[in-house]
Amino acid sequence: MIVDLQRFIAAGRPFWAELERMLGRLEAEPDERMTLPQLQLFHHLYERTAADLAKITTLSSEPETRRYLENLVARAYGEIHETREKQRRFFPLQWFFQTLPRTFRRHVRAFYLSVAITLAGCAFGGLALAFDPDAKPVLMPFSHLLQDPAKRVAEEEHATRDRLAGFKTTFSVELMTHNTKISILTLALGMTWGVGTIIMLFYNGVILGAVAVDYIRAGQTKFLLGWLMPHGVVEIPAILIAGQAGLMLALALIGRGSRASLKTRLREISGDIVTLIFGVGVLLVWAGFVEAFLSQYHEPVIPYEAKIAFGAVELILLSLFLARSGTGKKTAPEDREA
Amino acid sequence: MKTSSLFIRTPEGIVFSQLLAGPVTRFFAWFIDQLCISAAMSVLGIALNLLELINGNFAIALYVISYFVISIGYGIFLEWTWRGQTIGKRLLRLRVVDVEGMRLQFNQIVVRNLLRFVDALPAFYFVGGLTCWLNSKCQRLGDIAANTVVIRSPRVAEPDLDQLLAGKYNSLRHYPHLAARLRQRTSPAEADVALQALLRREEFDPAARVELFGELAGHFRARVEFPAEATDGVADEQYLRNVVDVLYRTRGENHTPAGPFQ
Repeated sequence: MIVDLQRFIAAGRPFWAELERMLGRLEAEPDERMTLPQLQLFHHLYERTAADLAKITTLSSEPETRRYLENLVARAYGEIHETREKQRRFFPLQWFFQTLPRTFRRHVRAFYLSVAITLAGCAFGGLALAFDPDAKPVLMPFSHLLQDPAKRVAEEEHATRDRLAGFKTTFSVELMTHNTKISILTLALGMTWGVGTIIMLFYNGVILGAVAVDYIRAGQTKFLLGWLMPHGVVEIPAILIAGQAGLMLALALIGRGSRASLKTRLREISGDIVTLIFGVGVLLVWAGFVEAFLSQYHEPVIPYEAKIAFGAVELILLSLFLARSGTGKKTAPEDREA
Repeated sequence: MKTSSLFIRTPEGIVFSQLLAGPVTRFFAWFIDQLCISAAMSVLGIALNLLELINGNFAIALYVISYFVISIGYGIFLEWTWRGQTIGKRLLRLRVVDVEGMRLQFNQIVVRNLLRFVDALPAFYFVGGLTCWLNSKCQRLGDIAANTVVIRSPRVAEPDLDQLLAGKYNSLRHYPHLAARLRQRTSPAEADVALQALLRREEFDPAARVELFGELAGHFRARVEFPAEATDGVADEQYLRNVVDVLYRTRGENHTPAGPFQ
């Protein structure tokens, strides 16, 4: 049997148009709540249109009307069967002081893994440089790190002019964008079952370990701490948190010990990944400012002790923030500790 | 198995499909988006040239951070504002949707856009394109992580049956029992082939058009044999028009829309 198409369209069109109108309003104003009669009407229209789709699929293969109805049913289906909570208004302070640290703590084991991989890289880089100093160009192939530490310190301490004068803002922004890109890449490489994320974290550790050993061997430990601590105590944890997010992605992909499907596992962590990476962005903005406006200035401009103390205070505050912030009353379901 | 459609079965037992966008179409949409980003940056560059006269350092810093924010935020902002579309996707009628047909969430949009960093490796979205080509739902890595797919939404218009059928004398209607038999024996797929042939008749070469309508008319003549006086002198194309008229329209019935919206 074949459906009388013209009659079918004429009979169904008013219902479809009304459903389309309601969908348009829902899509344009997601915060608006429907009344019970409106909801009942919406549900009725959805069922009626779905029935029309079933009819036209079974009794006629007219493709255009079918596609139109499929589109309508698909849109309405998403609205009716969505069980995830509707997105609420965004409160930046609540997000920063509650959601972010809670999310960090909820997945702290991935962070510890991230730290362990970086420390392994540090140990490798440091030992490699200690045993074979000639390997320096291989371990850290960046021109600004290849210079002899003692010579660099002497140059920095006897500099008569500010080499960043007139470029501080640009330098700061370049640091922020570069580090954010590296962090996003570290997260994204979690899709390689974590292999890419591990390589990024390990290599970061190798450079860090090699630089540290290079300066310590040259007797420039104080300079090293004064140079790296003000921005490094924020920048390095930020990269570690990006690694944490990448490893969360990898663990969700692997799904070891979980009976949930891949889709469910990925769905469960996607919000947390987004929270963490935005948090990384905020930390890196701060680190970029500090690196451009403070870290690059040494004695006699700024005493090393002051820079080290500044870095130590930052580290304590960051640790307290990640460990304690938002531990009070929980306000949102997604903030519950797992 | 790779398909060109995403099928979703609702709890009511209704199955609906969405046409999936292939890697080539998506690449063109991405290319258009890149042009839009470049255009936006050019305009911003001109504006910042003026600022450079006042404070060069600040102008360059603003340009660097603007490029970063626009290149990453473009997809996130537009896909969130336009419910799964960017300018490129909108022009090519593509849309990002949830893989299970649910409402697209902000988190999903952010994840799929941030994972461009790995999809774009090593250049020109090689990893993403390859994954998309191999994946059954044509998803790149970002889509897999975010549980999204990109669908095509071709322009949907109601078939213009009036333009096709109205005002024509239909000799087959003199034999209602044979017309009923024709309706009974014809499958929806066969009816659709006939309808589509008529709707697209102007797109064919003249020779191909004659040949196609000859074959289709022969097919339907064999399905139900009408008396000679109903078919003699009727050209193949007109015969098919009469067949479609019989299949898709029932005369003498009330066509007034029903329901609460009259």
